[in-house]
Amino acid sequence: MAKAELMDYDKALELFEPVLGFEVHVELNTKTKMFCGCANEFGSGANTNTCPTCLGLPGGLPQVNRQAIESSIRLGLALGCEIAEYSRFARKNYFYPDTAKNFQTSQYDEPIAFNGQLTIELESGRQVTVDIERAHMEDDAGKLTHMGGAAGRIQGADYSLVDYNRGGVPLVEIVTQMIEGGEADAPEIGKTYVAAIREIVKALGVSNARMEEGNVRCDANVSLRPRGSNILGTRTETKNVNSLRSVERAVRYEIQRQAALLHAGGTITQETRHWHEDTGVTSAGRPKSDADDYRYFPEPDLVPVAPSRAWVEELRATLPEPPAARRKRLQADWGFVNLEFQDVVNSDLLDVMEATIAAGAPAQAARKWWTGEIARLANAAGVSADSLVTPAQVAALIELITDGTLTDRLARQVLEGVIAGEGTPSEVVASRGLAVVSDDGPLIAAIDEALASQPDVLAKIRDGKVQAAGAVIGAVMKAMRGQADAARVRELVLKRAGSAE
Amino acid sequence: MTNLINQTAAALAGLLADGSVSSVDVTRAHLDHIDAVDPDVHAFLHVARDAALATAARVDARRAAGEKLGPLAGVPIAIKDVLATHDMPTTSGSKILEGWIPPYDATVVKRIRDADLIPLGKTNMDEFAMGSSTEHSAYGPTHNPWDLDRIPGGSGGGSAAAVAAFEAPLALGSDTGGSIRQPAAVTGSVGVKPTYGGVSRYGAIALASSLDQVGPVTRTVLDAALLHDVIGGHDPLDSTSLTDAWPSMTAAAQAGLKDGALKGVRVGVIKELNGAGFQAGVKQRFEETLALLTAAGAIVSEVSAPNFEYAVSAYYLILPAEASSNLARFDSVRFGIRVNPEDGPLTSERVMAATRDAGFGDEVKRRIILGTYALSAGYYDAYYGSAQKVRTLIQRDFAAAFDKVDLLVSPTAPTTAFKFGEKTEDPMAMYLNDITTIPANLAGIPGMSLPMGLAPEDGLPVGLQVMAPARADARLYTFGAAVEQLLEAHWGHTLLSQAPALANIEMFATEGGAV
Repeated sequence: MAKAELMDYDKALELFEPVLGFEVHVELNTKTKMFCGCANEFGSGANTNTCPTCLGLPGGLPQVNRQAIESSIRLGLALGCEIAEYSRFARKNYFYPDTAKNFQTSQYDEPIAFNGQLTIELESGRQVTVDIERAHMEDDAGKLTHMGGAAGRIQGADYSLVDYNRGGVPLVEIVTQMIEGGEADAPEIGKTYVAAIREIVKALGVSNARMEEGNVRCDANVSLRPRGSNILGTRTETKNVNSLRSVERAVRYEIQRQAALLHAGGTITQETRHWHEDTGVTSAGRPKSDADDYRYFPEPDLVPVAPSRAWVEELRATLPEPPAARRKRLQADWGFVNLEFQDVVNSDLLDVMEATIAAGAPAQAARKWWTGEIARLANAAGVSADSLVTPAQVAALIELITDGTLTDRLARQVLEGVIAGEGTPSEVVASRGLAVVSDDGPLIAAIDEALASQPDVLAKIRDGKVQAAGAVIGAVMKAMRGQADAARVRELVLKRAGSAE
Repeated sequence: MTNLINQTAAALAGLLADGSVSSVDVTRAHLDHIDAVDPDVHAFLHVARDAALATAARVDARRAAGEKLGPLAGVPIAIKDVLATHDMPTTSGSKILEGWIPPYDATVVKRIRDADLIPLGKTNMDEFAMGSSTEHSAYGPTHNPWDLDRIPGGSGGGSAAAVAAFEAPLALGSDTGGSIRQPAAVTGSVGVKPTYGGVSRYGAIALASSLDQVGPVTRTVLDAALLHDVIGGHDPLDSTSLTDAWPSMTAAAQAGLKDGALKGVRVGVIKELNGAGFQAGVKQRFEETLALLTAAGAIVSEVSAPNFEYAVSAYYLILPAEASSNLARFDSVRFGIRVNPEDGPLTSERVMAATRDAGFGDEVKRRIILGTYALSAGYYDAYYGSAQKVRTLIQRDFAAAFDKVDLLVSPTAPTTAFKFGEKTEDPMAMYLNDITTIPANLAGIPGMSLPMGLAPEDGLPVGLQVMAPARADARLYTFGAAVEQLLEAHWGHTLLSQAPALANIEMFATEGGAV
């Protein structure tokens, strides 16, 4: 992909004001599809989760998934939207082989949710409120795989395969109003906004929210307005940007690309663009004009959705604490500085941290174990930290350290045992015999033996060179196979050295 | 032995139940008759001879084993090709679906199988149910059993001709703007379009989703009621299916056979469906029928439905609009024929275009173009939007009329069966033929057509259309059965007994005597 001419980012900002807009598609994690009883499952054999309805066979008819309506209403409420008293599906007509009916069953002028707001906080602490125009329900398309061409692209492909398993999976499309005033933060606003949506749908439990599986997909609209002008520039829509980092990069790239083009006297083509993760560039897709005519009309095969106010209120009561508010509360409760808290958030450990602390562990100890040893082991095994141990187990481990049963070093061995399925931390301590030796008898014997074998050290200690005791402590700890409290050993070494003849 | 093909379904059901005949005998008699007459009539696109006999044998065996079977068990039935059948090709009369066998059964097909009826085959129709004559079938027209040079009506001409030619006692049809009722009228048979949502549309290849309705095609009102009871009722697979608990249509029809069933019934004659453009003989039979009704105690009055004059225009915007979207799925990707363009690259877009060009007939293309246009940005409000408003006005006309009367009547069609080719070159003339039947579809109310005699000038059948308020299908059956009985008593015979013999078959000169 030829890299377009880019303008220096700061210079681009000097000359132009970026205007953004986002369309985020959220795949709901309902058991069945939006309009039929087929399983909504990722990773099944191609075209196995299909039926006459989602294959668009002649005679197939849609039936609305009530769970999808419920999830959509909850998502709308979490985005601060109003929920329509009367909402309808509409057909969006266009021909494409991944769309079995050759129309998408979507919503047009009567979406289920509208007029919302979402406030996000950038790393600088700047707060930005994004206005949500609407959140509407629709069905997903199938998946095309282009064969024979380069890098799976349609250009140059010999043929394409279609898997309709995803066809008919319920989606909620969240459309923002124009986002102005983002200025140099525009790319970060994109990333943070999508991250916030992802966090909300996860907290609601309405989506698996895995961007890498396409559960959350972002189309980023970017246009530039010349400084001093009040006329909006022509926008491009970069489709299917599927990671948070890519959202940031793609917005930044489009700002720099459009600025260079405009500055050189060129014009922006209103079009969709593809984001290329590998090269970090966007490339032209298909021209898109406001006159694209999808010939929307109300879906005659479905009756209107008219959620009762009582049901909406019932659903409102099920909403979890908004993720941003929750984060604020937890950081304050735990007394973490920003860096410590970010570490937890970025490692996706908020839930397990909260549970561990609820089970009695001090916040800092919980953080140390989850972001330290457990994260290290998880990384090495290529799994998520919360799949290795439970918050209850971690809390129990920390408790054993606090009460002096284990040293950190012993605790790491206990953790290994717990992960290996040997039982609770206490059970592992018992079965492996890992508890700290708290009886002074064996310690004194080991100390006396070490002192006797290192007379020079003994002499130094007696001369008042207390730091020389380290060598003896090391030997004792080794002899005790680590199962001793080093502080106690030190205390005893000094005592025994003093009294030794 | 009784002639098995000229029996009503109700009569056959009785003979089967008391063991006088076997389903295999009944089925074979119909299959043999199909062999004899269908080369001339061409009611069927597919005849499932072996499967039908095998099914019949299984039903006989179960009956012999003492199993309690449903009222129509063992009775043969023909199925309009618009309905998906997992064991027979389903083409909707279109070349684009030539040879396609669906992987599933339409709900109504499943219900007739569950009720142990015997599917004989699939009947001919105008392509995708677009037409009033079956001349738009990609597989050649069906011929009217009363005059093989004339159309059997449409789109369900195959189902109507099949019952009128005694090839099947029962058939399934679908009615979007008259496709059950108008063929019934011009073939002297009975057809019912139930209340919208009364019968499942799942597996019925959609023409216009908000207008389509599946219903019975038979020779008597009671038979239609028996079949309605089998196919009707809620289906969770059709979101527009009503959840009502329906009364027995059979009981309703039987109630119509009792003395005095017509006494005090308020019958409205729709002024707008009884004037200019109606054939003299049609008007004559209609007036005579009204006189008989009055004599039987019914209270006949005239009602006005002023917005009906816009019905055909509104219908021919709503139908093509929905059809243009419903027919988009015929793209060669997942089913049906695939046609590659003669030259140039084989992109999916070009293959879709070549397939649709070769697979769709002219009338289908005409309506797709009309509908695409009507839905286009800038035209939507003027066309589709206005048409929906007309629809509301027509519903209000019906509501106002049903405030005054129990039922509405009109001739089912303005004329008797016309000759082949008479209207194919003039789509508007063909469309206007549906002026009487379209309002019921726009309003979602039930309608029935039953024979009311032969037009004196051409000796061809004339149909009486009866309409009732939404959900009052049972009222249609009570009234229809009463009128049928009244007319047959007046004539001294059934209408179809007057139909000419086909293919030298002595249909009515049977040992059992004439009907």
